[in-house]
Amino acid sequence: MGENYALELKQITKRFGSVLANDHVDLTLKKSEILAILGENGSGKTTLMNMIYGIYYPDEGHILVDGKEVSIRSPKDSHHLGIGMVHQHFKLVDVLTAAENIILGLPGKTMLNMKKVTAEIQALVNKYGFDIDLSQKIYEMSVSQKQTVEIVKMLYRGARILILDEPTAVLTPQEADRLFDILRNMRDDGCSIIIITHKLQEVLALSDRVAILRKGRYIDTVETAKANVQSLSEMMVGAKVDLDIDRPEPVSPQKRLEIKGLTCRDKEGIKTLDDVDLVVNSGEILGIAGISGSGQKELLEAVAGLQAAESGTILFTDADGNQKDLAKMDSVEIQELGVSLAFVPEDRIGMGLVGDMDMTDNMMLRSYHNGKGGLLDRRGPRQLATTIKDQLEIMTPSISSPVRQMSGGNVQKVLVGREIAQNPKILMVAYPTRGIDINSSHTIYKLLNEQKKHGVAVICVIEDLDVLLALCDRIAVLCGGKISGVVNGRSATKEGIGLLMTKHEKGGEQ
Amino acid sequence: MSVLIIFIQKAIVQGICILYGALGEIMTEKSGNLNLGIPGIMYMGGISGLMGAFFYEKDNPNPNALVGVLISLLCAFTVAALGGLIYSVLTITLRVNQNVTGLALTIFGTGFGNFFGGSISKLAGGVGQISVKVTGSAYTAKIPGLSKIPVLGDLLFSYGFMTYLCIIVAVLLSVFLFKTRYGLNLRAIGENPGTADAAGINVTKYKYLSTCIGAGLAGLGGLYFVMEYSGGTWTDNGFGDRGWLAVALVIFALWKPLNAIWGAFLFGALYILYLYIPGLGRSMQEVFKALPYVVTIIVLVFTSFRKKKEHQPPAGLGLPYFREER
Amino acid sequence: MKKEPFLKMSRREKISWQKRLMIRIAALLLSLLVCAGVIFLLVRMNPFDVYKAIWDGALGSERRIWITIRDTMILLCIAIGLAPAFKMRFWNIGAEGQILVGGACAAAAMIYAGDKMPPVLLLVVMFVCSALGGMVWGMIPAVFKAYWNTNETLFTLMLNYVAMQIVTFCIVFWENPKGSNTVGIINQSTQAGWLPELFGQKYGWNVLIVLVFTVVMFIYLKYSKHGYEISVVGESENTARYAGIRVRKVIIRTMAISGAICGIAGFVIVSGASHTISTATADGRGFTAIIVAWLSKFNTFIMLAVSFGIVFMQQGAVQIATQYGLNENASDVILGIILFFLIGAEFFINYKVERAKK
Repeated sequence: MGENYALELKQITKRFGSVLANDHVDLTLKKSEILAILGENGSGKTTLMNMIYGIYYPDEGHILVDGKEVSIRSPKDSHHLGIGMVHQHFKLVDVLTAAENIILGLPGKTMLNMKKVTAEIQALVNKYGFDIDLSQKIYEMSVSQKQTVEIVKMLYRGARILILDEPTAVLTPQEADRLFDILRNMRDDGCSIIIITHKLQEVLALSDRVAILRKGRYIDTVETAKANVQSLSEMMVGAKVDLDIDRPEPVSPQKRLEIKGLTCRDKEGIKTLDDVDLVVNSGEILGIAGISGSGQKELLEAVAGLQAAESGTILFTDADGNQKDLAKMDSVEIQELGVSLAFVPEDRIGMGLVGDMDMTDNMMLRSYHNGKGGLLDRRGPRQLATTIKDQLEIMTPSISSPVRQMSGGNVQKVLVGREIAQNPKILMVAYPTRGIDINSSHTIYKLLNEQKKHGVAVICVIEDLDVLLALCDRIAVLCGGKISGVVNGRSATKEGIGLLMTKHEKGGEQ
Repeated sequence: MSVLIIFIQKAIVQGICILYGALGEIMTEKSGNLNLGIPGIMYMGGISGLMGAFFYEKDNPNPNALVGVLISLLCAFTVAALGGLIYSVLTITLRVNQNVTGLALTIFGTGFGNFFGGSISKLAGGVGQISVKVTGSAYTAKIPGLSKIPVLGDLLFSYGFMTYLCIIVAVLLSVFLFKTRYGLNLRAIGENPGTADAAGINVTKYKYLSTCIGAGLAGLGGLYFVMEYSGGTWTDNGFGDRGWLAVALVIFALWKPLNAIWGAFLFGALYILYLYIPGLGRSMQEVFKALPYVVTIIVLVFTSFRKKKEHQPPAGLGLPYFREER
Repeated sequence: MKKEPFLKMSRREKISWQKRLMIRIAALLLSLLVCAGVIFLLVRMNPFDVYKAIWDGALGSERRIWITIRDTMILLCIAIGLAPAFKMRFWNIGAEGQILVGGACAAAAMIYAGDKMPPVLLLVVMFVCSALGGMVWGMIPAVFKAYWNTNETLFTLMLNYVAMQIVTFCIVFWENPKGSNTVGIINQSTQAGWLPELFGQKYGWNVLIVLVFTVVMFIYLKYSKHGYEISVVGESENTARYAGIRVRKVIIRTMAISGAICGIAGFVIVSGASHTISTATADGRGFTAIIVAWLSKFNTFIMLAVSFGIVFMQQGAVQIATQYGLNENASDVILGIILFFLIGAEFFINYKVERAKK
């Protein structure tokens, strides 16, 4: 017992159906410390935290708060124990004000005196130096303001243990620095903080100790002061996996796509892409880097005709040198024009595939309208499904079970397999290996390289800079909807790209 | 002048029926439950209240009006709330589709009302015409004194107590929703149950309670119709489509109880307007009767054009909520 | 200390059709048990006699059998109309109105063109008019949904009552005899616009039309490109855009089909059954059919079975009512109870309930 722990987890196990999300995990959190939980996507970090917060209930194991065993069945229980959590997807009600969101669900006098409540919260806001207007409605707020509301909400509820799930994923570097200052203030004030992340630099900059999870298993907890990027990443990915991604030289690259001055706006009228210039060549892989939400999704969707461009051109040049502008067309028109464009979206089930349909039906998602008559021809798709299942070693009971029941890696193989089967001239992939095991990832990289060798222009958005630097011939960096620079994948450094990711001005080829 | 006064009086009487239903439905929909069983529930409330009073008066040689009123109120509210409970068990606990459940409840409730309404005298041993004279007169009693004031008295004070009760309920519901903690929690559930759950609100409990209490309130609308409007008698399907008008009024009022008050009077006025426009052919009268629905459609369309967040239906309306599912 | 959750629920990944059927039958038996209890409490009758009466009421004589078949076909036709809309997750609560408008169009053709056309042509005109009427009524909310995302549940619901008033409006002009406020049997003497006998059966055409729809709709949803588009749009609009499906077009087209078939159901009622039009022409069947379509999960052949089951119970309940001197509305109460159990059973089809392990 000796140590004074705010929170202890012992042998926590959680299953979802047949998937083991957490496998006998142990964890300790001291009082007044910042503990980082490090792990790749799908390592079970969020599931574990959701159990501390009462969103899920563990199948096995014990949770101890201040040395006493507790049963946390709902977020209400966790509030009583002084545990607060800021989710990756904010848990805020859009049409309510910040103050209303903050007091939501709290006990107290039946009649609400918003003036008094607001004054109380304002005091807290001033104490830590947050910057929000408590009477503003949530839907009028920026992402970082919303996050602030979440943190204030937890503090107002008297949270002494605060869990933050990937808090910096949506922040600019300046906003992230401000957040870190506030977190340190809170720690010095006696709070215990858990921060979930997969960004090593942040772990080293902020935390006191680091706990590492890998594939649902607990690996180890180490003092941050004694750790470095190398040791942490080794623990995170396990036995050193040589990235070992092939990168053949491009063979006679030709200009395939030329984007000029492309600007898009979202529904709220905010610019998501701002005067983007970019050239994509056949036979090479162009990587897209950037903090999430910098316009990656919009860029790919604009090319695919799924996002209306406000201005600018997207010139497609075919092998014979004929040019067509895709900017004013939607996906149907692009297809009718005979531009063969494959797109693997970020949202696999929800955009790229229909979860309730089987492999066969998903195979024809983008080609069902081919062929005469009003009836579907399932023979071709069935054959394709069988071929893809065999070639990419997709684990599924049969090609007629719904894709929703497959694991993430297999789902992605289905999607990529289908898109490649179209023999595209341009192949766009968004986060192709997010949440996917290492073997499947390598299968995907291999497929991308094959396409490159066939002379396809490949565009891929990838978060992991190591992968980008190992796979891509050129890397374009997006920041706030602008291209802040395009670098050579063979000579660029992570630091260089990192700098560009935060540079809010237009840059060109370097 | 006097025609106008009568028109306004009649409009208010029509409106109150609908208003009870709408208030109940607002309460229910604020929790994210679209209860299309409200029309059936109003039938259930109406007949139960009538039966309560009827059996009380039948078994008592000297029935007391107050006791009769209390019994009928209690019966109407309880049975209607039970209807809400059926809906809650099916949609909240058993996670069945809300529209399907609501429609089944309307079939059941309408049948329930008409069945007992039609067989009440037979069940009582063939007493012929049902009458709840004493209780009924208490419902229709006007405010003494005040109702004698010319014009003003006719307009404001010539209604039974349930009319005033309804306005009070509307105001209280508005205060509850927008000025209390519980109301805030309830609104949050209807907008985003996941968030409310994460904030430590017992979503299931709130949904159950608001649906059952909302159903109970709507049941009082049925009781009002039977007691005050029809003076304590039952006609099969006499209640007509007022239950659906109540659902329409919720949309028209943009889910706000105070809007619903004047909305109800407007609906009531539109509902009977055809009787007061001189020279209107019978065919045109029928066109006029569709007015409340047409107006509601226009409001529905208009709010979807404007897309103002505050005027939209609760974002979680009609959607089920289960915590363990991702 | 608080208790741990006692029961654990988890979504089933798969369920065999046998098990599905078993659960449904169990629910049906349970509901019959409850109904028997209710009936016993009310009339103190032996429940078994009551069930025999139900059987007699639905299938006791050839005439009753045909009425049961007739009503099954009408309910089935409406449910078939709703199927594509529901598959697209478009909550068409407006079948009631679409039936009325379709029925009114058919009646209009019967009244105004009854003596101006050869009988076969008249029937064709009526069929087409009712389909067009229902189509328009279905497309109005669809257009608003497609372009402005107007809530279709509430919109279609409101349109039901507008349709009802349109019918009462028409009745004023069509009433016969004058002052009766009803239309009466249309073309009683000439029988113009009445669906003729087929294979010697009065309702032969009704059965044929609806069974053709059953097969065609099954194929349309499962094997046609349109059907495929409907499932994709129903699953996710994002996916549909990605797949190059024009979402607005699909929404409007599907509702046009849905409304048209409901309109044709109105034709079948007017031309093939009642030979008149009134606000009770739809008689709540537009709502019952929603439950039928939903329980059958878009499979039109299962709809046939469910429709039959519901009409069977309704006819049986009417029989009980007359036999034991109950009010005829008892059938709605019994139907309601049965529906509660059947829709509640869906939970046990979709979820496993287990004791939580410690």
